[in-house]
Amino acid sequence: MNAGSMADIAFLLLIFFLVTTQIATNKGLTLLLPPKQEDDEPIEVKQQQRNIFKIQVNSLDRLLVEDEPLDDVSKIGDMVYDFIINFGNPGDVKRGSEKVSDRETFESLPPTMKNYIRNSLSSKESSDGPGTAIVSLKADRGSSYEIFIDILDQLNAAYNRVYGERVGLTAEEFRKLNRNDPRDLDLYDRARSGIPKAISIAEPTKVGG
Amino acid sequence: MSKFKKKSNASQDIPTAALPDIIFMLLFFFMVTTVLRETEIKVKQDIPRAEQLVKLEKKKLVTYLYVGEPKEEQFGTESLIQANDAFIGIDGIVQWVNQEKDGLPEAERDQITISLKVDKETKMGIIVDIQTELRNANARKIMYATPQKTDEDN
Repeated sequence: MNAGSMADIAFLLLIFFLVTTQIATNKGLTLLLPPKQEDDEPIEVKQQQRNIFKIQVNSLDRLLVEDEPLDDVSKIGDMVYDFIINFGNPGDVKRGSEKVSDRETFESLPPTMKNYIRNSLSSKESSDGPGTAIVSLKADRGSSYEIFIDILDQLNAAYNRVYGERVGLTAEEFRKLNRNDPRDLDLYDRARSGIPKAISIAEPTKVGG
Repeated sequence: MSKFKKKSNASQDIPTAALPDIIFMLLFFFMVTTVLRETEIKVKQDIPRAEQLVKLEKKKLVTYLYVGEPKEEQFGTESLIQANDAFIGIDGIVQWVNQEKDGLPEAERDQITISLKVDKETKMGIIVDIQTELRNANARKIMYATPQKTDEDN
C-alpha cells in the first residue's frame, strides 16, 4: 500500500486542530465576597478612619484616593504597600483564624522590611497594623470596569509584594507558588499569616457624578 | 584511478517512514486537548488585561458568566449577562447559581467559583449588582477572568 500521502493528510488535520484549539485559560483576579448580609442585623463596624485606605472612583473614571485626587493609577500599588505594613500602633490582640497579633506579625518580618518600617513608616496617621487595615474600593455605578480591574490589579500587586517580601520572594514568585506542593503551601501560609487580604468592594452610591 | 575512491554507497536519504506516526501522535494530542466551545458567546468580550493573575486549581468548580454589550443589535446596547446559552436578568442569578451547584458533588458545592468575563466597556453598576446577587446565592468565590498583561501594552 502506498502510505506516502498519509503524512500529508495527518498534517492537514493537525493544522486544523492547531488553529482551532483554544487552551482554556483559567486565570484572573480572585476575590472573596463577604457573607450574605442579613437584614435584621445591622452591621455596625466601628473602624478607625486611619485603618481604612479609601479609594473612590466617580462616573468619569476619576480617582479620589484618601480624599486626594490622583491621576496615575499605577501609584496606588506603592501607597497601599506602605499602608498595609505601616504598623503605626501594633497591638497584642490576636485576630483571625490563626490568632496572630500585629506585634507577632511585625517580629516575623525580615530585617530589611523592619528597618524600612521603622525608618519610613510607623506613621500614627496611617494603619495600626495589617490585622486591622482595610482597603476600601468604592466605584460609582457609572465608572468603567476597565479602571476597576486596573485598581484591583494594583491592590493585588501591593499585597503580593508584601507577602513575597516577607518570605524572601518577589511578588511574581509568590504569585506562582503551587499550593498543591506542601513546601510551597507552607511558604504561602507563612507569608499570609496575620496579614489578611482585606479588599472591600463597597456598595456604590446611585447618585453622584 | 583515484586512491580515495568513495567506498561507501550507503543511501543518503533520511528515512521518512516514521513521519506519519509522529504527525499522528501530535494530531491525537491536539484532538484530545481541544475543547470545542460549548456555548456561543453573544456579548462583546474585549476583556481588560491585568498583571497579578492567579491560576485556579480546580477547573470543575468554575462556572462562567459573560457580561457585555450584546453583539446583535436587536438586544439593544445595554450590557447584558449571559449564562450558558441564554441571557439572564439580575434576578435570575440566584436560581442559576443553584442550578450550577446542583451539578457539583455535595461536598464541593460551597467551593463553587464564578468566573466573570466582562467587557471593558461595561459599567460598574451591573458588576456590583451581580456581586450582591452572588452573595445572596452564597457563591462567594469569584474571579475576574483577565488575560495576562504583556510588556507591549505598557
